[in-house]
Amino acid sequence: MLEFLQQMINGLSIGSIYALIALGYTMVYGIIKLINFAHGDMYMIGAYVGMISVTTFKLPFVLALPATMIVTGVLGVVIERIAYRPLRKSTRVAALITAIGVSFFLQNAVSRIMGAKIYTFPPVLENRTFMFYGLRFNTQQIAIFVTAILLMILLQVIVKKTKVGRAMRSVAVDQDAAKLMGVNVDRTISLTFAIGSSLAAAAGILVGIYYNTINPLMGFAPGLKAFVAAVFGGIGIIPGAMIGGFAIGLIETMVSGYGSTLYKDAVVYIILILVLIIKPSGLLGKNRKEKV
Amino acid sequence: MSLLKVEHLTKNFGGLSAVSNVSISVEEGELVGLIGPNGAGKTTLFNVLTGVYTPTEGKVLLTKDGKTVELNKMPPYKITHQGVARTFQNIRLFKELSVLDNVKIAMNKEAKYGILGALFRSVGFYKSEAAIDVKARQFLAKVHLDELADVKAKNLPYGKQRQLEIARAMATGAKLLFLDEPAAGMNPQETHALTDFIAKIRTEMDLTIVLIEHDMSLVMSICERIFVLDYGKLIAQGSAQEVKNNPRVIEAYLGEEE
Repeated sequence: MLEFLQQMINGLSIGSIYALIALGYTMVYGIIKLINFAHGDMYMIGAYVGMISVTTFKLPFVLALPATMIVTGVLGVVIERIAYRPLRKSTRVAALITAIGVSFFLQNAVSRIMGAKIYTFPPVLENRTFMFYGLRFNTQQIAIFVTAILLMILLQVIVKKTKVGRAMRSVAVDQDAAKLMGVNVDRTISLTFAIGSSLAAAAGILVGIYYNTINPLMGFAPGLKAFVAAVFGGIGIIPGAMIGGFAIGLIETMVSGYGSTLYKDAVVYIILILVLIIKPSGLLGKNRKEKV
Repeated sequence: MSLLKVEHLTKNFGGLSAVSNVSISVEEGELVGLIGPNGAGKTTLFNVLTGVYTPTEGKVLLTKDGKTVELNKMPPYKITHQGVARTFQNIRLFKELSVLDNVKIAMNKEAKYGILGALFRSVGFYKSEAAIDVKARQFLAKVHLDELADVKAKNLPYGKQRQLEIARAMATGAKLLFLDEPAAGMNPQETHALTDFIAKIRTEMDLTIVLIEHDMSLVMSICERIFVLDYGKLIAQGSAQEVKNNPRVIEAYLGEEE
């Protein structure tokens, strides 16, 4: 039992990371129906920006986090403007392939600029381990979990209670009607990219703290898993991405803990296949009936 | 000076001229009908006037408070900010959102706070959101939808959805409304109720309304002036009586006499 709870703690930490990345996938999909495959790389960029802000600029964690989120958020907006907006009216496949191209571009750009090597993320948080009825957890895990939860609450408030949230929801339902009701659709989409990218950046800096190393290709696997998480929860649905992220994190940790680390990735992709076969609209999605 | 002045407006799609050389003007406070056989270009004209399409040629001028602006150079959301709004032939509400949210989205530009204000929960943010909430509810009361404020738009009965669409367009602060077939799919009782509703909101809120409609009972009973389009051209305008007896209109609807 104790070991199970211990695995839960580990699973929730990694699950927070997946959930933060999955949110960006799901928000962008919700608003322009694009699977932004470059999103995992925004998380990688976030880790690098985070590292630079704590090493070069000597910022403490509480300042490095918002700074990283802002910088990466702006980058997200720029990418949308250059790569996706010109394709807004073309086929979805065109935009999807562009997203894959952007992903390669970002990976190689970072390799070129920073060098294709592994960096050590400096220890920003004092690493202390706490014991609680035999359960072990450290400051990093607490920081990850608390930060992720706070950001998710903030996101829910923005989406549900503010005018930009309303604009985002209206654009997601009917872009043309939103335009004619006075909503600035381009700005709303930019803002969605900004929020999604900044959440991925937060995940990047947190994972840097957790695993201590970062590299230009680190975004690929977590990006893919976060995508699975978004589909699992129901793509386009914000609470779905949160639940999906935690679920994938927990499942992966349990498989490593009780089975074998070798199979943890395979299990995640099997989940994707099962979801697509059994309930393609995801956990929280409604099955839409085709109208004849 | 007319509120809306359309000058030599043309919209071509490839070789097809959906609207060709149409010049009309609408005075402030008028209720005008736009009729014509299927495919006459009525909805295309609405789409050009509200910025969905940019015209091939011609100008759309809006004059209010003595100032004239050229609508044909603006994106749709800016046209809406000028006080022009519309409804759609097939209902396009934000189906998954509540009635209240549908109206609030239309009022969005009145929310005077930035993204930072929202993040840091500034006083301005709370005041502004509270004010919009009150305003949206008062507004719903005026259009008799207040009891349905928290219902999802897609769960409203058909007639109410039509009514909400008009209400949402009004909530943008519009003084000029374009209604695209507001009575489409309604039974005679619903059409009658809608006719009363349009007449009422128009006087209560000082609106100028242009409506496309196939239901002649509605058009003939409330429109003061009627424009008739056929094959993209304006073929007649005038009072209901004048238009009804105009030989070109009869020809357009019933075909030429042998």
